[in-house]
Parts: sequence; structure tokens; C-alpha cells
Amino acid sequence: MELIWEGIREALRLLFSLDREVLNITLLSLALSGLATLVSLVVGVSMGVGLALNNFPGRRLIISLVNTGMGLPPVVVGLFVTILLWRNGPLGLFHLLYTPWAIVLAQAVIATPIIAGLSLAALQQLPKDLRLQILTLGATRRQMVWLLIKEARLPLLAAVMAGFGGVISEVGASIMVGGNIKGSTRVLTTATVMETSKGNFDIAIALSVILLLVAFAVNAALTHIQQRRRPR
Amino acid sequence: MKAFGPALLEGIGLEVLRGDIQALSLPVFSLHEGEILGLIGPNGAGKSTLLLCLAGLLAPQRGRLLFEGQPLGTERELVTYRRRVTLVFQEPLLLDTTVEENIGIGLRLRGVGGAERQQRVAESAQRFGIEHLLRRSARELSGGEAQRTSLARACALKPQILLLDEPFSSLDPPTREGLMRDLGQVLKDTHCTAVLATHDLTEALHLADTLAVLRAGEVVQWGPVGEVVNHPVDEFVATFVGMETLLSGRVRDCAAGVFTLEVGDQALVGTGDVTPGQELTVGVRPENVTLSLHPESETSARNSFPGRVTRVTSRGPFLKVELECGFFLSAYVTARSREELGLVEGREIVASFKATAVHLIRK
Repeated sequence: MELIWEGIREALRLLFSLDREVLNITLLSLALSGLATLVSLVVGVSMGVGLALNNFPGRRLIISLVNTGMGLPPVVVGLFVTILLWRNGPLGLFHLLYTPWAIVLAQAVIATPIIAGLSLAALQQLPKDLRLQILTLGATRRQMVWLLIKEARLPLLAAVMAGFGGVISEVGASIMVGGNIKGSTRVLTTATVMETSKGNFDIAIALSVILLLVAFAVNAALTHIQQRRRPR
Repeated sequence: MKAFGPALLEGIGLEVLRGDIQALSLPVFSLHEGEILGLIGPNGAGKSTLLLCLAGLLAPQRGRLLFEGQPLGTERELVTYRRRVTLVFQEPLLLDTTVEENIGIGLRLRGVGGAERQQRVAESAQRFGIEHLLRRSARELSGGEAQRTSLARACALKPQILLLDEPFSSLDPPTREGLMRDLGQVLKDTHCTAVLATHDLTEALHLADTLAVLRAGEVVQWGPVGEVVNHPVDEFVATFVGMETLLSGRVRDCAAGVFTLEVGDQALVGTGDVTPGQELTVGVRPENVTLSLHPESETSARNSFPGRVTRVTSRGPFLKVELECGFFLSAYVTARSREELGLVEGREIVASFKATAVHLIRK
């Protein structure tokens, strides 16, 4: 118990003293996971729209793959992204392994199926004829897709929250493709793992508390937007 | 009869298949400027499929659609066409925003600017009596208010053709009547060309100039309302246009356009050009049948049959009385008549109708 209190005290000290290293790690975590979520949002929503509005051979198989991907283990993603970015791998020439970009790529791979799957569900929940109704009001296909996305904005925000929550808290892929390099790829989760393995539980707890606070703050902001626009 | 303008929308050889089933087969279709066409038929007759084709939302497997004589094919042509027609669905399908935004959405999609949009939204809302709801969220509306918003949204676009897919079917009777009246007035004021799909004959009779009766994707009869209602081509149409009594028999005699038809042991007098010995089916509308306790001696009704009440059921503002007169006959009466005549099951009664109320269905 003493260990936990000590950890919380240390967390508050690190937070309020604005420890430069902790601040950098926190900002990097936010930036990388935020960017990965943004990439996943663009790719995932596009996939969700494509799957929701089109009928083509193999659609069900793709939906099954997306749904499976929603529970993709981060270490598996880490492994395949590492192979992909490895010096002799298909993308080795870009020298991205052990850089922040590798973490963004891995996290985007983790979040994309989550956002795609939830976007698909959100769009499929809309009334069947709404698409036709929008078209008959004179919309072009692009306008129709935009209106449908706006109509499904509440569950889509939930998809963003789920995607961000999934990547800010994952450690397996980030440590494998980022290498936990101080000042470059060390993020809150990888730093927590490292401090725990060194027996620095107070710092590890402090980092965990900060991670929880960051995740809470981002989700609270998104929830605020979501609930403010919720129909009464 | 109302005079119509030139043909606005034409269809040639329209065919739609759903799997192996033919959902629509229409060799010829034409809708004239100012015409209000009622599409009637049971569920699955192809009314909604036809409306989707006419709205440019469903491409027929065969045939083509011409708008003002020009064929519609490319996506660009369809978008341009869809900006001149609009379809109102059975469900209001409003967007999750205010009533004002909903009514103005089609105008916004067309790039109609703020002031003009606002004016047209206000105008359309006023026509449908929902100007006080403009700031309200669409989620807070009742079924009737939501459908009024949906109709106002369509009419704000001033479409050349308004397509209506059973817009009143999910509403309660008083709301339905009010909205039907308002829509009728709007159609009259704007001289809008419209197609109304419904399975309710009352709606079609109230709004339409011409009627097309559909069955299994095909048009069984198409013509002015009076012609379809009074001269149905077969039993299906007759039943659909409210002729609940259909009787088949052999013509005993015919003179000066008045014939006597033998139906079982009874003889009916009707009007029409038939020949003795001919097999006929005739129909009698329940609203043309009058009931009395005793045979009336001084009456112009050529048909008078004693019978017995077998069933009385409510039909909204009136009652439907089913009778056994040697053949089945149904009549509509008011609640007051039911009380005065004591119309209950088993009651002996006399049913009368004029010879002109006997409609020839099939020769």
C-alpha cells in the first residue's frame, strides 16, 4: 500500500514540478497516438463508408477481417511492422524502424480496424432509406457521404475514443518498433515497462497515473463534444 | 376533366428484376405537366419500385426514362434530374438537426444562399403549418409534425415532379386527414406534377387526377379516376377500388340499355350494353346500397332484396354491414342509421340499390 501512495506522491511531484523528461514523454505519447488516431480516422472511416455503402464480392469476408482486426494483439502488429521496416524488409529503404514514425505506423494499424468496424456499425445503424432520401434531395454522391458521416457523428466520436484509447495504452508494438529510445521513441507505456523492470515502482506508478490522466482528459474532451451535440 | 400540359416524364419498356422475380414491367409510362397520378395496389405490387425508378434512384435492368424528351443515363444527368424531382418516403427520414435546417437541406445542397433559403424555408413551413417548429430539433417532433417537415422539405425545392411514397400511412386518421388536406391545397396552389403511391383508395381519390392500378409489377388499369373507379377492368381492380360486392351471372334479357342478370335465384337490374345469355360479372359499391326495414313502394331503386344482417364492423366514421340476400352484399351506414334500424347480427332487412349502381366489370 505504501508503495502505491509513494507512487501517487511521486506522480504528483513529477506533474507539478513539470519534470522536463516526463513532460517530453507525455507530449510525445500524445502526439504519436494523436497522429496515429488521425491517420486511422481517415483510413478507417473511408473503409467503413466503403463497406457500408457498397455491395461487392468479398464484402462479407472483408467485414469479418475488419471485425477480427478490432482485437488485433499489439505484439503481432509490432512483429509484422518490424519485419516490414527491417533493413531488408519491403519498406527497409525508408529507415523508419526505431523512429517515432514507426510507432505512428504500428499504432495506426492497431486503431484502423477499430475505427473502421465501429464506423461501419455506425453507418449501418442509420435508416436504410436515408441514403436515398439524401440523394433525392439533390445531393451528389460526395455530399451524400458527408451528410451520412455527419448524421453518424455521435457513434463516430465513440469510434475515435475507442481508437485513441487502444493506441495510447498499448505497449507491445511501440516497444518493438520504437525501441524505447530516450528522447526519441520513449512514450508513457514503454517508459512504464522500463521503470517497472528496473524496480522503480514509484516512477512506474507515476507514469501510469499520468497515462491514465492523459487518456481521461482526451476522452473527457471528446465525450463533452459528443454529449453536447447529442439530441435531447 | 383537368387539362394537362405536355409529357414531362416518359418511360419506355421499364423492367426491374429483384433476383429472379420481376418487380416491375411497364411497357409505357407517361406523366404530363400538372397531372397528379395515383399509384394504387397492394403491398409488393411495385409501387415503391416504380417511384424509385422515377426518382432516378434505381436503374431499371431494361428500358429508359425520358425527362422532357431527353434520356437519363450518366451520373451527371441523374444528379441534374434529381434536382428537379424529389421523393418523399413513407418514413419522414429527417436529419439530426433543427426543423429549419431539415427543410433547407436540399436548397443548401443546391448552393441556394442564406436569405433566399431562409425565405423559401419559411414559406414552405408556413404552407404546412409548422412555422412555429422551425427552431425545434427534428428528434422532438411527433409523427405528424415530422411528416409535415418532410413534405415541407420537398416542397421548398419547388420540384417539377413530386413523388410521394405512402406519405400518410404511418399517421393516425385525424393527422392523416389534416395533412392530406394541406398537401392537396399545396399541390393545387403550386400546380405541381405529382405521383402518389398508396394502398388507400381514399387518399388517391382525394388527390389524384388519374389512377394506375398495379399488381405484381404490372399496370392492370390506367385512366382518369372516375373511369377506373366506375369501370374496373377486372375483379382485382374492382375489389381494390372499393366494390366489395362482386356478382357473376347470366343475362336474362336486355332492352334499351337496361338488363336483368340472374344471380342464383335472384335477378338484378343493371344498365349497360350486353346481350341475353351472356355471362357477366358486376360490382356494387357499399356506399350505393341503402337499407330499410320494409320494402319501399315508391322508389327509383330497381333492385330491392330482403336479407339478413350477418356482420357489422366499424370503418372509422361509418359502419360496414354485411348481408345475406341470396348473395353476399355489403352496405355502409352511419352510427345513427345503425341505431334507428337496429342493425345487429340476424336482423331482417331490405337492401336496395339503383340499376345505375350496378357496374359492369367483365363481359
